[in-house]
Amino acid sequence: MSPFWNAWVWAITLVVILGCTWLLLATRRSEPHKESTEETLGHTFDGIEEYDNPLPSWWFQMFIGTVIFAIAYLALYGLANVKGFYGWSSVGQYEEEMAHAEEVYKPVFAKYAAMSVEDLQAQPDGLKIGQRMFANNCAVCHGATATGAHGFPNLTDNDWLYGGAPATIKQTITNGRQGAMPAWGAVLGEEGVRDVTSYVLSLSGIEHDTEMAARGQQQFQALCTACHGADGKGTQALGAPNLTDNVWLYGNSFAEISHTIRTGRAGVMPAHKALLSDDKIQLITAYVYSLSNK
Amino acid sequence: MSTAAEHPTYNYKVVRQFAIMTVVWGIVGMAVGVLIASQLVWPALNFDTAWLSFGRLRPLHTNAVIFAFGGCALFATSYYVVQRTSQTRLISDKLAAFTFWGWQLVIVSAAITLPLGLTSSKEYAELEWPIDLLITAVWVAYAIVFLGTVKMRKTSHIYVGNWFYMGFILTVAVLHIVNSAAMPVTLFKSYSVYPGAVDAMVQWWYGHNAVGFFLTAGFLGMMYYFVPKQSGRPIYSYRLSVVHFWALIATYMWAGGHHLHYTSLPDFAQTLGMVMSLILLAPSWGGMINGMMTLSGAWHKLRTDPILRFLVVSLSFYGMSTFEGPMMAIKTVNALSHYTDWTIGHVHAGALGWVAMISIGSVYHMIPKLWGKTQMASVALINTHFWLATIGTVLYICAMWVNGILQGLMWRAVNEDGTLTYSFVEALEASHPGFLVRALGGAFFLTGMILMAYNVWQTVRKDSTAPVADASAQTA
Repeated sequence: MSPFWNAWVWAITLVVILGCTWLLLATRRSEPHKESTEETLGHTFDGIEEYDNPLPSWWFQMFIGTVIFAIAYLALYGLANVKGFYGWSSVGQYEEEMAHAEEVYKPVFAKYAAMSVEDLQAQPDGLKIGQRMFANNCAVCHGATATGAHGFPNLTDNDWLYGGAPATIKQTITNGRQGAMPAWGAVLGEEGVRDVTSYVLSLSGIEHDTEMAARGQQQFQALCTACHGADGKGTQALGAPNLTDNVWLYGNSFAEISHTIRTGRAGVMPAHKALLSDDKIQLITAYVYSLSNK
Repeated sequence: MSTAAEHPTYNYKVVRQFAIMTVVWGIVGMAVGVLIASQLVWPALNFDTAWLSFGRLRPLHTNAVIFAFGGCALFATSYYVVQRTSQTRLISDKLAAFTFWGWQLVIVSAAITLPLGLTSSKEYAELEWPIDLLITAVWVAYAIVFLGTVKMRKTSHIYVGNWFYMGFILTVAVLHIVNSAAMPVTLFKSYSVYPGAVDAMVQWWYGHNAVGFFLTAGFLGMMYYFVPKQSGRPIYSYRLSVVHFWALIATYMWAGGHHLHYTSLPDFAQTLGMVMSLILLAPSWGGMINGMMTLSGAWHKLRTDPILRFLVVSLSFYGMSTFEGPMMAIKTVNALSHYTDWTIGHVHAGALGWVAMISIGSVYHMIPKLWGKTQMASVALINTHFWLATIGTVLYICAMWVNGILQGLMWRAVNEDGTLTYSFVEALEASHPGFLVRALGGAFFLTGMILMAYNVWQTVRKDSTAPVADASAQTA
């Protein structure tokens, strides 16, 4: 804050507080009656008269009390560029509380930090903590029951885009994932999109037009196998889904699949390494792992 | 309209118009409130219709009760009080008529644009820029009429009620113009000229002073006339009114920061918001004490006069909510109460208990005098209204206290590993019974307003059975 604004804040603060105090004291000093009075001021307004009773003393004392509190509070907590005697700041308070929380909760996590994900499966309390952290951090996309939603994978079906080994799950949570299905609409043309869609439907045994699927198979072999494999079973290293298991991230309707092929998809799993410590991610990993490895 | 009520000097026409619209907009605004309160109990009540959804009707409710109901009550009473206490007619009938029709146009525009989703998204200042310009024009006209009339007064001093009305009119002009400063991009869309945290601070400087000046100073003006007038007692202490007036308007200005505790608002602004809010307690209570003590010696009148009951109970709720406010501004308390239903309960302690009750009492006082009657058509019905309003307010506030503390505690509860014990939706589920009680309280209050409309109609209609006042008594 510039010196000008610093002075400005101080000036208005003191003018208001001290001005009110001066007015209060001056009015009390000039009281003509120290006891309650029945004498009016002499003028009437539409028949209304006014007494000039003294300020109630409990009210006067309460007023002075709040002024003293205000000045003491400003001295302790500071104002504008001047730090108070407590040296308080909201950032400092936040850091203090976070450090305190770290100290209190660290032992809770330390107990599980050394255990492997497999070993943690036998630790119901640890899995419970993982579940709570899942509710706070993951449920907004994957759902409270981890069964996913349109565009957000179901984590309970043991069908994995990037793999379901403990180390892979942990990697996904820690560093995030960028799913990228390219758009093929311009290459395939609208007819080509429909043909490939029909072929993809056939891979999972869903009702389809066999003639279109046959044409689509040729296109698929030319354009899609690099990621999804010649058999359409996908490649976990690339996050390319298995198209033969009838598990769908964006639904299995003709419209959804053709939309995926025509305009592509961009799925994002955010990285959590900046948000959660390693021992917390370990417990979330154990919980997610437990969902499909009972 | 009875000619017997035509006062030889005063412009009562504009007062009558605003008084009637106070009742009409009160019913509209509170009905919308009961609807959205019910939507929180039974979400299906938005009927899957965009313009009936909570997000659009909530600002309509707040604008309707604050600016339509409260605004009309302030216009009606201020024009009535300034004429009678200055013993002079409003300086311009034409400008006064412009403020009436202009203000009604503002309200109707709000009732159309807000459900359409046209909003500047600033709380209590949602209206888009063309309406903001109209508000400015009406408000300048109001200031000219009111201040001009005070200047032409035939009394030596300016009555205390008029100080408060003047403080309210001048400050609201400044607040409205500064906070609504925006860059229009189309006829229905504009963007605030302030960036980020500055915008938030300007908004809550405005927002809190909308409470402080529109809903407090203005209504204290009302209190300072109708409480002594209805009770027939002198004002308790002139010097108390001087101190609390100046301290109130000086301190309120800096308290808005308490709406932004624990946000990106600079620390010093939060600190100031808290200490100024605490200092505000005594100046706020000054008004309550002056009103309550004015009644000493007239307490027996409460047994027979339901209008006086409205006025006294409004002062009690005023005292309660102006104690609650400074407490909620303390950062430690705010950490629990902020974003919960407690805040909504606090607002309604002020809005129903104080603002609505003092307005209702004042309108019941004015209506017979404006139409040349000695009293309302049914005093018993005023009494029924009083009990409906009081029970409704108490149900509302208690439900929100319980819900607010419940939510605050559930949100902050953590497990032994530091994770949150409850998800948001669990706290919402736990709030459901409170939502039901709140809707019930609102329905009580609304029912009272409908009785009031009936009673007013029975008093003002041509073949009214309410006893006619002696014409000479009108000048008293």
